[in-house]
Amino acid sequence: MDFNDTPEEAKFRAEARAFLAANAEPKGRARPVLRGGLDVEAVKRCKSWQAKKADAGFAGITWPKRFGGREASAIFHVIYLQEEDNYAVPRGLFEIGLGMCIPTMMAYADGEQLDRYVRPALRGEEVWCQLFSEPAGGSDLAALRTRAERDGDDWIINGQKIWTSGAHLSDFGIIVVRTDPNVPKHEGLTFFFLDMKSPGIEIRPIHQMSGASHFNEVFFTDVRVPDAQRLGAVGQGWKVSLTTLMNERLAVGEVHRPDVEDLVELARSLVVDGASAIRNAAVRERIAEWYARTQGLTFTRFRTMTALSRGQTPGPENSIHKLVNASKLQDIASYGLDLMGAAGLVMDDDLALYYAMFQQALLSSPSGRIAGGSDEILRNIIAERVLGLPADIRVDKNKPFNQVPTGPR
Amino acid sequence: MNFDFSDELKQLRDLARRFLAEHSSPSVVRSVLEGRDTYAADLWRAMAEMGWLGAAIPEQYGGAGLGYEGLCVLAEEIGRALAPVPFASSAYLASEAILLAGSETQKGRLLPMFADGSTIGCFALAEGSGNPHSGAVHARCVGGRLTGSKWPVTDGSIADLAVVVARDEAGEIALYVADLTASNVSRRSLSTVDPSRDHARIDFAGADVERLSGEAGWPMVLRLLERAAVLMAFEQVGGADASLEMARNYALERYAFGRPIGSFQAIKHKLADVYVATELARSNAFYGAWALSADAAELSLAAATARVSAIEAFHLASKENIQTHGGIGFTWDTDCHLYYRRSKQLALTLGSAPWWKDRLVQLLEMRNAG
Ligand SMILES: Cc1cc2nc3c(=O)[nH]c(=O)nc-3n(C[C@H](O)[C@H](O)[C@H](O)COP(=O)(O)OP(=O)(O)OC[C@H]3O[C@@H](n4cnc5c(N)ncnc54)[C@H](O)[C@@H]3O)c2cc1C
Repeated sequence: MDFNDTPEEAKFRAEARAFLAANAEPKGRARPVLRGGLDVEAVKRCKSWQAKKADAGFAGITWPKRFGGREASAIFHVIYLQEEDNYAVPRGLFEIGLGMCIPTMMAYADGEQLDRYVRPALRGEEVWCQLFSEPAGGSDLAALRTRAERDGDDWIINGQKIWTSGAHLSDFGIIVVRTDPNVPKHEGLTFFFLDMKSPGIEIRPIHQMSGASHFNEVFFTDVRVPDAQRLGAVGQGWKVSLTTLMNERLAVGEVHRPDVEDLVELARSLVVDGASAIRNAAVRERIAEWYARTQGLTFTRFRTMTALSRGQTPGPENSIHKLVNASKLQDIASYGLDLMGAAGLVMDDDLALYYAMFQQALLSSPSGRIAGGSDEILRNIIAERVLGLPADIRVDKNKPFNQVPTGPR
Repeated sequence: MNFDFSDELKQLRDLARRFLAEHSSPSVVRSVLEGRDTYAADLWRAMAEMGWLGAAIPEQYGGAGLGYEGLCVLAEEIGRALAPVPFASSAYLASEAILLAGSETQKGRLLPMFADGSTIGCFALAEGSGNPHSGAVHARCVGGRLTGSKWPVTDGSIADLAVVVARDEAGEIALYVADLTASNVSRRSLSTVDPSRDHARIDFAGADVERLSGEAGWPMVLRLLERAAVLMAFEQVGGADASLEMARNYALERYAFGRPIGSFQAIKHKLADVYVATELARSNAFYGAWALSADAAELSLAAATARVSAIEAFHLASKENIQTHGGIGFTWDTDCHLYYRRSKQLALTLGSAPWWKDRLVQLLEMRNAG
């Protein structure tokens, strides 16, 4: 057992370090980079960083060389991310496009399309979004209702998507729509990619509970999409969607703040019952529990890396990361505020401790437990795909979609 | 990155799993639980023959020299099978104490006896209620004679030798080897929440003992506890895994409301949570295994972390296994309670969760200060 890289991995790590040291600012712990909405300046920074990274060969590490990738195994991607995590690089614009949309394109688009779209995406010149969720279809994605009807060489799309992260910043999107409501829900779906500037698309930002606006409602009114932009066969949209969602799984654990170390710092600086909070037995127990959970995830990731490094592919057991992290973040944020007492309410920059990091996390952390598979869906995945327990009973299973009961939304 | 056991050790694990499934079956565990045996002596002899008892003891002292990773692999399987043998007492605690604190002569004389199973060792620290604390050690050795009461001592009535934590004439903490069959030693078996493992009260009334002549003091006791905590974490992970498997199998086979209970989300999600806790504990135990075998500076914190996770995982897994079984899970004849009992036994020896959590934060504070 060791934590050493193979010679090849070590060589790559050294290259990545050299690239980052020459091109990025090391990340201090002092002022964490918090994820909010992206303004025009932030978008520019993201794009120029992505271009630099792609030109140096650190984007699309697992992708074919013909698209500017390295054709390297997933372990190298993870190594790069580990190193990048030590630097304050601009993030938040390309994760969905490069992590989910383009890999789906690579599985289904034709050669000419790939020549057209992959490189600009890799260099950050074009941004992609994922148009899956709808008011009537989130966890139950296949219950979506946005329609597409054939019209000669085109399809005409009508309906609404929702929660589309970055739609307002995107050039292209991947979309799954219903092309046949007369068959059971999974059988009537078809998958396309489309130009977000197409006539008939209207994007309205959604005001999040955290105050930011990172995701959107996207309305489709007679939007024309050429049949050539269909990915997979008509009626095979569910299968294509699964390709996209599979890629969600390797999302490598980003470090969220406040973390348990922040909580230790906070507890040292606060006084509870006349003594430093860190001396309080109840506080110590909570810190120890979160520390053990944090370390448990870190070393679970190391076990995954070991498997990757032996050429295995990541499976459903990777659901553990988001499931544990999302609640931990929410709980640490909330507990930190408890320790502050009434002052925990205050978010003014000059008064709030740690730049209001705990308060901001309180308000943004609920999203982590919902986005990309809710806690409940992840528990289902672990129960069904890892432990082999039966799938949920589905009352809509063999019914034509247009006869499935729905709620008022 | 090679954060996994070697193929040879995985083979050892598979072999141990098969062997223990047969030789440490629930009926073997029950024969101790129900008082027909004090421990599984046949199993113990077989383990000695296979070299398990001396897995981490260097070959020069009669051990198998498999190293600590080898011992970890075995510990997981022993925990999975709830093996009713004094493995932890003899191999993680008594042998380790002699390795760490014994002189060359003491090692040469005592370790081969532990490695071949002819002598069973135990570790006597507690003197009644409370978690490990130097101030709670009152046993005292004056002129080579030990006086004091130790309880509970795991495997205390079946062991031949005990490594006893006591004060010397100067009042300093030291480790002593006591022959438990000698005069002026009296022992009484205790009834406990886990009768599948022996526990005793041992009274020393001026018993002849031998001081381990190497390093002494309370830090040595902590080092011992730490090393044992990593190994015990593997037992706990094995036990948690076995509890989860038992619950999962039952959830597939038991029907209610016309469907397997494993199709109800309340059961699915419960078992998913058990899986998560067990995997986190396993990962932390892996790190402990690495730190132990590399004798790394991170060992103290790694051990505390592994122990905190392992206690939580086995407790959760064993109690939810009973819950998943419903009424039958509460019966004597169903094996659920064997895991539930063992999870508490393992959680309470070596210091319980609140003590280790406090220690973990102490170590974090020290690390951050240093
Ligand atoms: C910050 C953020 C960004 C997002 N970005 C995107 C994006 O870019 N593109 C996109 O397509 N979508 C995006 N989403 C949408 C996200 O995928 C959905 O919100 C998510 O799948 C849940 O769907 P829903 O909101 O409809 O909730 P619902 O599915 O209605 O869930 C409501 C509650 O019911 C529970 N529930 C549902 N089904 C089950 C079940 N079978 N068993 C047990 N409980 C169940 C859920 O766990 C949840 O607690 C984003 C969401 C967020 C919060």
